Amino acid sequence: MLIRLLVTALLILVFSLWASKFRNAAKAGQVVPTKFQLMGEISLNFVRNSIAHDQLGVKDGDRFLPLLATMFFTVLGMNITGIIPSLNIAGTSVIGLPLVLAVAAYVTFIYAGVRKHGLGFFKNSLFPAGVPAAFYILVTPIEFLSTFILRPVTLALRLMMNMIAGHLLLVLCFSATQFFLFNAEGVFKAFGAGTFIFGFIFTLFEILVAFLQAYVFTLLTTVYIQLALADEH
Amino acid sequence: MIYRIVAAEGATHNPLLPGLPDLVWSSVVFAILLVFFWFRVLPNFKKNLDARTEAIEGRLAAAELAQAEAAAKTANIEAEQSAARADASKIRETARAEGAAILAELKEQAAAEAARITATAKAQIEAERQAALISLRAEVGSLAIDLASSVVEESLKNDKTASNVVDNFLKDLEKSAGK
Repeated sequence: MLIRLLVTALLILVFSLWASKFRNAAKAGQVVPTKFQLMGEISLNFVRNSIAHDQLGVKDGDRFLPLLATMFFTVLGMNITGIIPSLNIAGTSVIGLPLVLAVAAYVTFIYAGVRKHGLGFFKNSLFPAGVPAAFYILVTPIEFLSTFILRPVTLALRLMMNMIAGHLLLVLCFSATQFFLFNAEGVFKAFGAGTFIFGFIFTLFEILVAFLQAYVFTLLTTVYIQLALADEH
Repeated sequence: MIYRIVAAEGATHNPLLPGLPDLVWSSVVFAILLVFFWFRVLPNFKKNLDARTEAIEGRLAAAELAQAEAAAKTANIEAEQSAARADASKIRETARAEGAAILAELKEQAAAEAARITATAKAQIEAERQAALISLRAEVGSLAIDLASSVVEESLKNDKTASNVVDNFLKDLEKSAGK
């Protein structure tokens, strides 16, 4: 919990700085961004252009951008604590936060669908067009399961399990290093170097995973929203 | 390790089942961040981008305007230049024509002058000839008288010689008068 509060505070701090930077730049009519401001722009533009606009188009993309940006940076911030020394555990490796985020995604895509199609959204989702009526016996339960139950569950579990697995790997590697270096006899001390190198590699790998999971989580949410907004399923 | 995570939650059950505090605080964190991004970060971000777009478009428009102005100026200058060139060639042409006219006039004048001089000279020569002729005639009279007297003298001495002299004189006279 402390880690999450810390990450929240850090996110708010950094993005506050960026936000005031943006505001001042806009007010001063300063066209050339500073280095710090550019970093913020690149981060936000990544979510805005590569995720929101690519999937939803400019208008809907901007409509759902607050949720998507929050998701991306929350997940990223919470993930990255997994490899920060003395924090060492990802804020997303406990089910609560992934679950809350998944519920937010769930509520949002249902809201988007209902807002666009009314109750027709459920009809479209559960009874896909172009399927012979008899097959609805088979198709409808599958669609219901995949759309309304598995989507949030997989979102939450994928994120949490990735983080837990990464954490376990790191713990395994570094515990083994500790053990081999200080408790093992003779030749076995050499294994410590090997496990340390593995731990190092997995640490780098965890950075990638942290970004990747944040990206995947946000992208999937975007795709769900896009499917809900689409006219035909 | 996973037990430590779970233990931190104050529960020893399956990690897939969330503890209540976990859920509550996660929601709080998410809500705070969502509100923060929604109402603070993104509006400013968008304002910034809009301002930049506007500024860039404004500058592009200004640049285009400046370019158009420059092009117009260049066209003006070129037009002026070609007008000036045309003027210059016209002036040259006029000057050449005038020069030719002046030259022709001068030639004509010179020719007239020459003709006049020639005519004057001719007249003068004629006058002098006339004067010479008149004075000659006057002289010829006295000479004739002289000759006649001398012939009369001679004829008294020699008729034959006298008649020869008279013949010769008359011949000469005729000859000079015939000229």
